[in-house]
Amino acid sequence: MSDTKIEGQPGYAPGTHVSGRDIRDKKIPYTWWEVEAQYAYSLGPANARFLKELKEGKIIGRTCKKCDRVLVPPRMFCEWCYSPTNEWVYLKDTGTVETFSISYLDPDANRIEEPILVGVVSIDGASPKHGFMHYFGEMKPEELHIGMRVKAVWKPEEERTGSVRDIKYFKPLKDGGDE
Amino acid sequence: MTRKVCVIGVGNTDFNSMTPDVSWKEFMYEACKKAYVDAGINPREDVDSFITCAEDYWEGFSIFDEFVPDQIGAVLRPCCTVCGDGIQGLASAYMQIMTGLVDTVAVESHSKISDALSYGDVVLHAMDPIYEKPVAGQVERERFSGPSYPEKSPKPLVGKTDEKGRVHPYYIAGLEMQHYLRSTKTTEEQCASVVVKNKRNAYDNPMADYECSLIEDDVMQSEYLFKPVKELDISPLVDGAICFVLAEEGVAKNLGVEPIYLNGFGYSSETPWFSSRGMDAGYATMASKMAYKMAGIKDPKGAFDIIEVDDRFSYKELQHIEALGLAKPGEAAKMLENGELEKDGKLPTNISGGSLGIGNCLEATGLQRSLEIVTQLRGFAGKRQVKNPEVGLAQSWRGIPSGTGAAAIFSRYPEVKA
Amino acid sequence: MNKVAVIGGGMTLFRRHLNETGKELSFLASKMALEEAGIQNSDIDMVVMGSAPCAFDGIHMKGENLLDGTGAKNKPYVRVFNGGGTGVFAPIAGWWHVASGVADVAMVVCEEKMGSCYPHPQTAFQTIWDPILDRPLTPNLVWLFAMEMNRYMTRHNIKKEDIAQVAVKNKRNAVGHPCAQLPDENITVEDVLNSEIMAWPVNLLDISPPSDGASALILCSEEKAKEFTDDPVFVDGVGWNIDSTMWTNRDLYFPDYVANAAKMAYKMAGIKDPRKEIDFAEPYDPFTYKELHHMEGLLLCDKGEAPVLTREGVTERDGDLPICPSGGLLGVGNPIAATMGQKVCELYWQLAGKAGKRQIPGDPQVGVGQAWGDIMQMGTVIVLRRG
Repeated sequence: MSDTKIEGQPGYAPGTHVSGRDIRDKKIPYTWWEVEAQYAYSLGPANARFLKELKEGKIIGRTCKKCDRVLVPPRMFCEWCYSPTNEWVYLKDTGTVETFSISYLDPDANRIEEPILVGVVSIDGASPKHGFMHYFGEMKPEELHIGMRVKAVWKPEEERTGSVRDIKYFKPLKDGGDE
Repeated sequence: MTRKVCVIGVGNTDFNSMTPDVSWKEFMYEACKKAYVDAGINPREDVDSFITCAEDYWEGFSIFDEFVPDQIGAVLRPCCTVCGDGIQGLASAYMQIMTGLVDTVAVESHSKISDALSYGDVVLHAMDPIYEKPVAGQVERERFSGPSYPEKSPKPLVGKTDEKGRVHPYYIAGLEMQHYLRSTKTTEEQCASVVVKNKRNAYDNPMADYECSLIEDDVMQSEYLFKPVKELDISPLVDGAICFVLAEEGVAKNLGVEPIYLNGFGYSSETPWFSSRGMDAGYATMASKMAYKMAGIKDPKGAFDIIEVDDRFSYKELQHIEALGLAKPGEAAKMLENGELEKDGKLPTNISGGSLGIGNCLEATGLQRSLEIVTQLRGFAGKRQVKNPEVGLAQSWRGIPSGTGAAAIFSRYPEVKA
Repeated sequence: MNKVAVIGGGMTLFRRHLNETGKELSFLASKMALEEAGIQNSDIDMVVMGSAPCAFDGIHMKGENLLDGTGAKNKPYVRVFNGGGTGVFAPIAGWWHVASGVADVAMVVCEEKMGSCYPHPQTAFQTIWDPILDRPLTPNLVWLFAMEMNRYMTRHNIKKEDIAQVAVKNKRNAVGHPCAQLPDENITVEDVLNSEIMAWPVNLLDISPPSDGASALILCSEEKAKEFTDDPVFVDGVGWNIDSTMWTNRDLYFPDYVANAAKMAYKMAGIKDPRKEIDFAEPYDPFTYKELHHMEGLLLCDKGEAPVLTREGVTERDGDLPICPSGGLLGVGNPIAATMGQKVCELYWQLAGKAGKRQIPGDPQVGVGQAWGDIMQMGTVIVLRRG
């Protein structure tokens, strides 16, 4: 362990810097461990219904009468008033882009050529700013903007599995209006 | 310093080996909602701070703290995770209240371990990567997944090394039990009696999942998994959520709730190197000394009307009773034989059924132990009610391979009568 | 409420890879803090560990594993955790240990060893997402911040040039910091704007680097502090607050949770007008825009005003309101929880006049530190004041 004495406080910064290259070249010894951590997350009633409806090509939300609110993704309780939510309600598969990113990173932070268009869509029929994250498609990156009206593009029925990926992406909604 | 901290509400789900019908969110919501109703409060206004006791790998998340606030009522309010046993959560709440910054704190902990398919691997993952993990080797997943793998029938833990020479980390319990039996001249049969007692006690606990009518021979004839630890010596995993609401005593008075006081707590950690750690549950000794001091208890023997100790392995109950200073080394088994640990005995122990009878709910174990004490002190324990208890002790341990344990003392009075 | 003093701090080198294990890093930071305070490990009553996801170090229940490095063997020891907020939350937990009267002297140690995670620390971040709603989309962590930054920029019509100023300021400030991973005396706004686009609008130099590192802080009662120093620094206010998990159900342009945490801390500290009463701040800056976002959350300026103050030089070290004089996460590095070194230790060093080359001119009396964590939902705030 080396102490790097530098003027001022903290008076020194202990620690030994090693480069990634040294590790890759095995100049620095290390141990290797792959954890076998696997989970089967229970969906619970809210997510189970949400995914089931996605499989049918529909987006469903849940109402909280106390807060006069339509929640999507649906939940069995409302976190604002801490009461059980009340009713299922079908929503449109159109919405508005609340925010977005144009990503050149994959999940492991590797660089990719073709960017991923991703963002948050607030869903028509739900409360303002209520929506979920998804991809965008059928548009150029420079067309994508906050406030843009979009519509879900569904996978063919036989390919749907009951997953958020049953929606392929959201595409521009022509004329900007409700369908 | 005049503030006193008390329990004003408790809530819990049932304890079940599997809970595929609810996600962790609805599950936690149920326990917390019940606790708030019990206390007669609205968490959105009346709870000043929220604590969850959780560990990422039990849950299957990085930063589980993210997935907590909505279902416990903590949105846009102070909330944090304590990566420790439930009693460490109670301790944190106690300290928060004692500062005067907050008056009411909710503490939640749970196990949703049926969602985890590789329990043994996760336990192994808690070991030191340089010295300890390579010794145990990589664990075969399905073999150690506990009673929860939805598509396969439950598989028992198997202690013998498999064809690749890998061993389940519970072998540490085997080493420790061996040491305990030799150093205290306790027998395997006596440990088997703990299993019989606790699984029988669980019959009177409607929320328990592993009640069973056994005799010592049944336990003795179950398979050696980590000799001398046998299959029935091990508490099986369970799902369950528990929430406690703690408050300054003035809050309880205003609400008209009968308070159960938290008179003292303690927690302590031994070295993480189990190979250089004492094998006498020193963590429990240190934690209890701290708690006794805080509660003003000079001699713990005779101080408690009921205790709940960590019994995730059968011998742990006896070892913990001794480590807590409630019996001399080797005496706990004799107390058990004399019936002193029964409901009408001198020191009723794990009347709830303990982890052996209810199930091992990981970080929620401390709250599970505390829940029984509070229920008993309130006189709400139904068939298993101990006669008029006034002071109780709850003790827990963070499980293999940890050397951390905690203790909490509850009573019906602001001061424990020493 | 007992008054709580800060009497020592320590931090290790911050680097992408350090050779020491997590235990050793904890030891080095703790030792340094003990030396500064002039006390021994035996003087410590209780220990708080702050560390972010176990997945970085690759050890389940990693608090237990790190325990001996902090000297907490046979002591009450607890790990607290709220993602990135931990760096300020761990000292808040340390504060309640002492303020409650349960401990006289408490040590807070924060550690992160992100270099252990393979192939990249961002791999560990894949599991911070909702397993049902988000993970099927195979998201990258940077998306979150890109989406928040976009919302913030669009709402207030802020230019990327103004946001890039933050990286320039902080990387320059870090030049005086012996632990710093990415100090840069000569960096310009153009460098930031021209750096590789990771996830628009976030460029490479908008992001703080993943790091290994540890930091430590020693807190004690007022009585005890008198034994060690005539000029103590006190913890004057603490606050913490969490927003909903459902980040797609709220507007990301303003961090309400940070504002709530700040109000809680200011109330405790008796601060009525934070702009006038606070001399300098260390808001959490893992991304450039976050410093601005958090200045607004800390109520140090109006919504949308932070980029203006930055452009006008108000937030420079010699400005009216120095922000991140340590060099922040952008300049010094981002070993998540261990950023307590910049966010809280730095407050102490500045207020005690020990910040050396980084010392703010004009004898600062009150500083505020802040961290932010979980999935854009956790705010943790601490106010330190010279006694």
